[in-house]
Amino acid sequence: MAQVVALVDRDEREGTVRRSTCALLTLARRFGDPVAVCATRPDDETIKVLGYHGATEIWYPDTAVVPSQRGSAKSPPVTETDLLAAVAQRLDPAAVLIASTPRNQETAARLAIRLDCGIITDAVDLLPGPDGEPVAIQRCLAGSYLVESTIIRGIPLITVRPEAAVPEPSPASPTLHTIAVATSEARAARIAATPKTRLGRPALDQADIVVAGGRGIGSRATFAVLAEIAEALGGAVAGSHTAAELGWIPPEARIGLTGKTVNPRLYLACGVSGSVRHRAGMQGAKTVVAIDDDPAAPIFQLADLGIVGDVRAILPALLAEIRSRTQTRARARADQEVSDPELQDPA
Amino acid sequence: MKIVVLTKHVPQAIGEVSFGQDLTVNRSAVRCRLQDADEYAVEQAARIACRRLDVQVTAVTMGPAGAGAALRAALARGADEGVHVLDDALHGSDAPATSLVLAAACRRLGFDLILCGTASTDSAMSVIPAMLAERLGVPALCCCDTLSTDEDMLFATRDDGTATEELAAAMPAVVSVTDRSGEPRYPRFEAVADARRKLVRTWSLADLGIGAAEVGLAAAATRVRQATRSEECTLHANEDPAEAATRIADFLSRRQFL
Repeated sequence: MAQVVALVDRDEREGTVRRSTCALLTLARRFGDPVAVCATRPDDETIKVLGYHGATEIWYPDTAVVPSQRGSAKSPPVTETDLLAAVAQRLDPAAVLIASTPRNQETAARLAIRLDCGIITDAVDLLPGPDGEPVAIQRCLAGSYLVESTIIRGIPLITVRPEAAVPEPSPASPTLHTIAVATSEARAARIAATPKTRLGRPALDQADIVVAGGRGIGSRATFAVLAEIAEALGGAVAGSHTAAELGWIPPEARIGLTGKTVNPRLYLACGVSGSVRHRAGMQGAKTVVAIDDDPAAPIFQLADLGIVGDVRAILPALLAEIRSRTQTRARARADQEVSDPELQDPA
Repeated sequence: MKIVVLTKHVPQAIGEVSFGQDLTVNRSAVRCRLQDADEYAVEQAARIACRRLDVQVTAVTMGPAGAGAALRAALARGADEGVHVLDDALHGSDAPATSLVLAAACRRLGFDLILCGTASTDSAMSVIPAMLAERLGVPALCCCDTLSTDEDMLFATRDDGTATEELAAAMPAVVSVTDRSGEPRYPRFEAVADARRKLVRTWSLADLGIGAAEVGLAAAATRVRQATRSEECTLHANEDPAEAATRIADFLSRRQFL
């Protein structure tokens, strides 16, 4: 059966494999046997997680790899591009999948030139085509079109958005392989990274998730529920001009023309009608979910999901639903670690 | 010091863009402008030019005849001269082909620094800076929030959400800057008028030594099978609060926010 290579991303702050990598392995199973590629020798925990999500082989370099394009100017470092190029040349896989983050996009771009193959970025889904080749679906032109494309030259190289798949377990016992990686001649930039500490609630203009309330919220008490939803989602709280004028949020958390401009991945607008000045501050949001009681509210023109209803009734129900789901998932994860003997002992 | 700024002429309102018969973006049907991301790149070039005497800034674009307007906008914002790569064979080129043409143009111009925005508003692949760097064998500093230069070094910082990184590279190099790098200045009327008298050269593929078969739709490594308008937002009205909450939570977990 064909093999599909997936690049493993590690969350250095948590010391774990990223969820997006598990999603890549899940997608890879649609086209062949998933092969995980790690930049460093994987520890037992990493092998367990990768095997649990279906990796049949794990490859890592026999020398230390500097993540992405890092390294000093003196000795040319081995980069993830060099590593993936070496693995792709050895295995001739059916596809190479990379989670789309800014840094990985750089790796993918360099790899496409080095291997002279086609590249598709930011796929939101991958489906097998008539001949089993991967067909990538992208959201193009600010999400207004869904585009299906295939790669017709070289090894298909696809970067995948984190929401493309939900990780599904498919326990396998991966075999470990090492590969010799040659350093590329090209000069690299020198990078020194300072990890940021994780805040309980992120700053508004840097938040991935923003939960905003407007006049429809109705009271300070309901606004507290909104803040709890933001906490549960790990997002920041914001509001419309009206919410600021009514004193429900501090003036600096006001979104709009004269307030803050945000570009989050998710904007949850609750009881916000979406005036021109408000939309000016949030139209860069990738995904918008809106709840309002007026079906003609302009915010629904921007929304990916629109709910017409009483926000004061929906918010407590939503908070309960989010809490129960996160708790169920945490419990499932705890159970999984105890009950699965294969995970206990990868050997 | 020679700075090359890459610019793109993009549709003004992305929502109104449609696809043509051959499934390429129909650029003639919409009004286009110099894209915002490139204004930041031109601004960075202009700021470096303020601090050094030996700077020459060249704006480069590749695209149909209308793309010359993007060059004029870049010239008004501080570029000294422009190069327009114009050839009918370029229609439908994919990212590797685009980087091939831009790399040839940069090589012909000679450069110490290639500046560009992080991603275009129409294709939004953000792979061109790294592809160029790979083709030219130089370092790439992508998504930089700040940029400063020394005699022959570049220093930049970037932030990927989990860490702040300080980057350093010897010139020549490729740098892409984000919209946090510094607000672009609005050109004065005199600058806009003066931009019309600045030199804009038009190069064809033959000038760059690239065969027509290497670029364009026929040479693309990817093929678009279908482009469909995604469904409008459907409104869900008169629902039970619990039902609405479940619908939102389902949507959030499907998009992996939960």
